[in-house]
Amino acid sequence: MTATLRRFMGHRLAWPLIAVIVLIAADEVARPAFLSIRMQDGHLYGNVVDILRNGAPIALIGLGMTLVIASRGIDLSVGAVVAIAGAISCSYIVSTHHQGTLSAALVGVAIAIAAGLVLGAWNGFLVSTLGIQPIIATLVLMVAGRGVAQLITSGQIITIHNSYYHAIGDGYVLTLPIPVLITMAAFVLAGILTRRTALGTLIEAIGINPVASRLTGIRAGTIVWIVYVVSGLCATVAGLMITSNVSAADANNAGLFIELDAILAVVLGGTSLRGGRYSLVGTIVGAFVLSTLTTTVYNFGIPANENLVFEAPVVIAVVLLQSERRRELLDLWRRRRIRSQVSEVPA
Amino acid sequence: MPPVVEMADVSVEFPGVKALDAVSFRLFPGEVHALLGENGAGKSTLIKALTGVYGTVTGTITVFGQERQFQTPAQAQAAGISTVYQEISLCPNLTVEENILLGREPRKRGHIDWPEVRRRARKQLVQLHLDQLDPGSVLATHSVAIQQLVAIARSMEIESRVLILDEPTSSLDADEVRHLFRVIRDLRERGQAILFVSHFLDQVYEISDRMTVLRNGKLVGEFLTGELPRMSLITKMIGKELVELEELDHSPARKVAAAGGPEPLLRTEGLGRDGSVSQVDLTIHAGQVVGLAGLLGSGRTETARLLFGADAADQGTIRLRGEVLRLRSPRAAIEHGIGYCSEDRKEEGLIADLSVRDNLLMAMQASRGWARRIPLREQERLTADLIEALDVRPANPDVPIRNLSGGNQQKVLVARWLVMSPSLVILDEPTRGIDIAAKAQIQKLVNRLAEGGMSIVFISSELEEVLRLSDRIAVFRDRRMIAEMGNEGTSQDDIMSVIAGVAS
Repeated sequence: MTATLRRFMGHRLAWPLIAVIVLIAADEVARPAFLSIRMQDGHLYGNVVDILRNGAPIALIGLGMTLVIASRGIDLSVGAVVAIAGAISCSYIVSTHHQGTLSAALVGVAIAIAAGLVLGAWNGFLVSTLGIQPIIATLVLMVAGRGVAQLITSGQIITIHNSYYHAIGDGYVLTLPIPVLITMAAFVLAGILTRRTALGTLIEAIGINPVASRLTGIRAGTIVWIVYVVSGLCATVAGLMITSNVSAADANNAGLFIELDAILAVVLGGTSLRGGRYSLVGTIVGAFVLSTLTTTVYNFGIPANENLVFEAPVVIAVVLLQSERRRELLDLWRRRRIRSQVSEVPA
Repeated sequence: MPPVVEMADVSVEFPGVKALDAVSFRLFPGEVHALLGENGAGKSTLIKALTGVYGTVTGTITVFGQERQFQTPAQAQAAGISTVYQEISLCPNLTVEENILLGREPRKRGHIDWPEVRRRARKQLVQLHLDQLDPGSVLATHSVAIQQLVAIARSMEIESRVLILDEPTSSLDADEVRHLFRVIRDLRERGQAILFVSHFLDQVYEISDRMTVLRNGKLVGEFLTGELPRMSLITKMIGKELVELEELDHSPARKVAAAGGPEPLLRTEGLGRDGSVSQVDLTIHAGQVVGLAGLLGSGRTETARLLFGADAADQGTIRLRGEVLRLRSPRAAIEHGIGYCSEDRKEEGLIADLSVRDNLLMAMQASRGWARRIPLREQERLTADLIEALDVRPANPDVPIRNLSGGNQQKVLVARWLVMSPSLVILDEPTRGIDIAAKAQIQKLVNRLAEGGMSIVFISSELEEVLRLSDRIAVFRDRRMIAEMGNEGTSQDDIMSVIAGVAS
């Protein structure tokens, strides 16, 4: 039993998981029946389902971010890509003759995804072909992207009425929210794409030692392109979820600061910002730490404009608790205690 | 006189490996104590246990009569134990004097007292016979040897009484070694305790007073240098009789490939690159070993990088089987069947966090592209075959390669190319910093591969090794290839005089 427990505590996801459990327990104490899930109209309802649904866009963006970070990069432009994707699909849908049709929704989504791929490829071009540092290269689109989204929406918040499009963010299939299903599917696909091929290992190789990777003949350029395109795609789909949920495209606020949440999810999940070995499962856990936290803040009735103050200490605590340094210090302290106990035993 | 450092029953354990197993060790003032053992024997582990790199170890460590357990290298340094590592741990972008007094700059009214800094730096440098060195020059502009001496100057400045030198001579030339040894002898006179780790047995016998031998993390024994003949030392280090080494020494020279045979595998004419190396005219036949000899920085590595496309040549031509090659990237060279093991294993070879298997198959996987992963069964077969063929230890393909000793890492890096069945492999200092047994294994491997028809470019600072393995030897000086000679009838002295520029 204790051995199992120690193994669990040694795992790098132990603290993020404990954080989720503690937060949910606190919620349950503050508001009994917090955990209850009921069936209504064939859908699952409840706070836990909300946590999953709200965490879906962050998890999805975090997925792309994980691969980018593993390759020693970073993608700051994801928030702007969210805004552009939403702006494109909503503008298209509004511009159609009958904006409520399925075809309008489908074409809107398709154009947005095509644009997202182009934006990802642009980042990949700047980083791999021009050799610009990732943080600067993606900063370009982070800044310019919001302007592009403004151009597309002519500075307006575009409100749409299309039930098919609305379903992306708010619909259910097989009792589960569609965003959760999309995100799950994306992770399964990404898992297959990176681990059933050599992509994951090659991304890690580039992240761990770019010089040695080049001398081994790895085509770093191609792989770096791929990770930024995947990141752009993930951000686009997340953008569709976010705008669909509120049936409106707000170029200023859609996906604002979501790049920071995504990076945080990746770090909470145990992937190092220095690149190299990564964990997709870790990123899922990290994203749900964040969405549980947000839900908890609302549940406690803390005003929305103060919630960041409440979230920060929890994030700091988790990051500190799972850090290598903390583990070393704790280890040291334990051994010292054991030694002093041993020396206290009379000879 | 009591020892300044005494370690008793010290053990260090990593998951699955006992890196140091109840080892005892003593270091006396005024002696040079050599720490010997094969790679992976526990030499570095012992140093790291002593200097607080590992924080917690079992057993007792007594320093200057007090039981101590250093948690960080800084604590060890504060207690008077300085370490000069194989890789210099100074700041290359700062000046010599800044490095010597870093963190301890004398101050005057809140400001750094630069004249005093210079005075103290110069005092240390003079003691190390570096009177000519400008204390205001940037450290990176000096050779590794000078940088090492500056590191020693720093440890003198902080008044260390124990100086640990980890492989200090591995990248020095003969003159630099002589200078370093002079400094070491001076320090010994002054009562310093010096722990010296080296793979060069000649140097160990020249400089050390006492030796401690480790094998597989265990203590073999402590000996006075004068009382332990070299052959028994080697036997103690490798733990088996010397058959293997003898065999290599007396193995008849490999049948030299017919130099006048069909067209050569590779021929370069006037190959060069601005600011790097020039006028390289090499001819390499199939099954031939061509040695590149010369001092460090003479153009050997630069030539290797041109042949592999790591740097693009801007002068001359490379012909492979008669066809002109334009190598713009390593990848292009790999596609033509060329492989390259860099002299800098850590920075240019290892992908440290990945497993032995991933590292071993990396070149093959890279050439297949990301989408066509090598099937798992194939991966296992290839890895198992090569681990066995090259005697990689531990024979576990799933451990991260960083946990292997230098010699075993080197074997994996060579194996990385062997799975590709290349026609030419360039080995740059493949035996540097690795133990005798692994060295013998690699030398034998070179012979075996050449017999199998592979061509090899063999680069080494050890002339004896170059001479033993190569069919032809290209000599470099001042970034130019200056001579090519056959093996037959050539002696080390002949090569030396060409390198030195003395007509022979």
